[in-house]
Amino acid sequence: MNDIIAARSQMALSMIFHIVFSCIGMTMPFFMAVANFIYLRTGNPVYKNVTVAWSKGVAIFFATGAVSGTVLSFELGLLWPGFMKEAGPIIGMPFSLEGTAFFIEAIALGFYLYGWQRLNRWFHWMTGLLVGLTGIASGILVVSANSWMNDPAGFDFVQNKFIHVDPYRAMFNKAWFEEALHMSIAAFAATGFAVAGVHAFMILKRKNVEFHSTGFRIAAIFGCIAALLQPFSGDLSARFVAEHQPAKLAAMEAHFKTQKRAPLIIGGIPDVKNKTVKYGLEIPALLSVMVYGDPQAEVTGLDKIPVEKQPPVPVVHYAFQIMVALGMAMLSVSLVYFIALFWRRAWFGHDWIFKLFALLTPFGFIAVESGWIVTEVGRQPWIIQGFMTTAEALTPMPGIKYTFYLFMLVYISLAFTVVFLLYRQIKMVPVKYDRYN
Amino acid sequence: MLYVVVGFLWTSLLIYVLSGGADFGAGIIELFASRINKNKIRAASYRAIGPIWEANHMWLIIAVVVLFVGFPQIYTTVSVYLHIPLVIMLIGIIARGTAFSFRNYDAVQDSMQAIYNRIYVYSSFITPLFLGIICGSAVSRQIDPGALDFYDAYIFDWLNWFSIAVGFFAVFLCGFLASVYLIGEAKDRDIKSVYSRLGRKMSLAMVLFTGMLLWVAHREGIPLTIWILGNKVSLIATALCAISFVFVWIMIAAGNRAGMRVFTVLMVTSLLIAVTYSHFPNVILLKDGHVISLIGSKEGLRTISILGKALLGGSVFILPCLIYLIYTFSGSKDLPGTSEPE
Repeated sequence: MNDIIAARSQMALSMIFHIVFSCIGMTMPFFMAVANFIYLRTGNPVYKNVTVAWSKGVAIFFATGAVSGTVLSFELGLLWPGFMKEAGPIIGMPFSLEGTAFFIEAIALGFYLYGWQRLNRWFHWMTGLLVGLTGIASGILVVSANSWMNDPAGFDFVQNKFIHVDPYRAMFNKAWFEEALHMSIAAFAATGFAVAGVHAFMILKRKNVEFHSTGFRIAAIFGCIAALLQPFSGDLSARFVAEHQPAKLAAMEAHFKTQKRAPLIIGGIPDVKNKTVKYGLEIPALLSVMVYGDPQAEVTGLDKIPVEKQPPVPVVHYAFQIMVALGMAMLSVSLVYFIALFWRRAWFGHDWIFKLFALLTPFGFIAVESGWIVTEVGRQPWIIQGFMTTAEALTPMPGIKYTFYLFMLVYISLAFTVVFLLYRQIKMVPVKYDRYN
Repeated sequence: MLYVVVGFLWTSLLIYVLSGGADFGAGIIELFASRINKNKIRAASYRAIGPIWEANHMWLIIAVVVLFVGFPQIYTTVSVYLHIPLVIMLIGIIARGTAFSFRNYDAVQDSMQAIYNRIYVYSSFITPLFLGIICGSAVSRQIDPGALDFYDAYIFDWLNWFSIAVGFFAVFLCGFLASVYLIGEAKDRDIKSVYSRLGRKMSLAMVLFTGMLLWVAHREGIPLTIWILGNKVSLIATALCAISFVFVWIMIAAGNRAGMRVFTVLMVTSLLIAVTYSHFPNVILLKDGHVISLIGSKEGLRTISILGKALLGGSVFILPCLIYLIYTFSGSKDLPGTSEPE
């Protein structure tokens, strides 16, 4: 394994790990705040029990997310010093604001977790809400740094030097809105479906049904609303990518030939050598319609992009297909859920609806991971689109594969431990959180 | 604005040494305590540190962000040449943070606790050790950008006696800070005396490593004595540090909670002044005699001015919240901070 592959793998691993925890840390406090709010208004102890159980989950996920985030802030320099030397001052704005938001989040979480008996109950509730608000704010801010890599702005590039830096313009780069929106909705959808799925599974096992039904309902509503909104945000993102990163779009769609009436290819195995897609389902002109709203519009294919500036097509195409497929599955289940909620209450008396949710537990997170693979691998070979390649940014230190193996070991064991802890949290629900039912 | 940012960087470093240091120290003294006392310490430190530990470690992130936004040259040089100790420190941070929260939030209390505890105490030791090693290497002309082979470039710049001595000094400073903080937080006399005994051990080790540092520096030709005694400001700061250290122990003997804390803060502040003043504005001293300074090119000034504003703006939000958090959960109140509703 050469250093660049090792460094990219290590970065990917760290991101894959961190994103799960940050999504949960960003959105689950809102679920918790809703449950807490209903408890404060109604005094129904089930809501209190759900709130407390969730707050323990948030604590575990927040701590893990915080340390993996700290690691990332160092890894940027450890692996990509060439990038940080130039990009640090340009994209520093969102990072420093993110630091502020994250700091307040940590403080608010301290109040919320330990302040049950020390604070006014509404003030206590507010600190819980603040955890969510600052969490989502830091997510949105940190995405700005990533969107800048996709759509660099706020500097002049003269003789291979980044000069006349304007951090405001860099922060408010054009890709930010689409990317932050897509990521925030994704975080709600993924966490909502994961939490609802776990509760659905416990309902199927007939354990503490009232407790789990309460948790299920709150999480499912969040997740399903997000899943319904996500295709619209995805459409915005795809149009943006088509305009600003045609190579990425072409790789996502495995679109080899520049043409009018470009077809949308669903599934299939891209054959890079022969520039074709085998076994894919082709819908004529649909890609032109989706991207430009006009069947006659020309969509740039990979043939217009020099080979050395093309991202790896199969990885990006598969990841994109997986993301869209899982998103569609979640969308369908969301429709079923809202039909049940508004018109067919009787469906909740059957097992199949909970089986559906239990099945979809990991879908949102797999979609989030695939989406990040699309955007990161799809930008290759660039680290700053059009200005700096990933290879140029790499650290001169050799032997990165050893640190990659080390981090792999750490993250895998950590992932197992977190799952183990979660299992024990759920197992202990009857003893710790839901004593009276 | 540059000086605002530098001031922030210095202050976050100071607060991190105090709060993060005491936080690491809680694990370090647990490591050095006898088995019976370990259990007592565990409960007491959880009560004192649980609500604020996440915030304690934010200062490191603030410092890192300030470095890579405002002073990327410093950040990238450290990242490249001190890659290995940084990786070890990061593993320490991961292990410690997760083990601390896992041992508190694991729903089942069983033999897993022993594993979390072990990871927690060892990583509490390793993380500040390597933080110290990194700081020691950066300021003492160890980093060699002209090195031709792997070992000179990436190993011996941190694996040397001076850096290691700084690392151990940092570890025992953390242990000392934790003991003093926890003596003030402790409720009953029994646990107070446990902390007090541990504090004495830590102080002794700290003094020992100060002597060792001076000796190693002398042997390796590192002008440490000139740095900390060679100018008026550093000389006064060093003297103040030593005097405060003595007063901390007088206050502990007198049972004066506020007094011991004030003198501890004074001690650490003057220590930090003593070691940074003679270097300022340089942060990294390289082997070839070059320095990497906080006062860099004009190009970065616009970013630094915006960064300064962001930091000032951020602290308007952060500081009141943080002070209220510490106030709410400080040991002088009788109500327990619990993670359960009534």
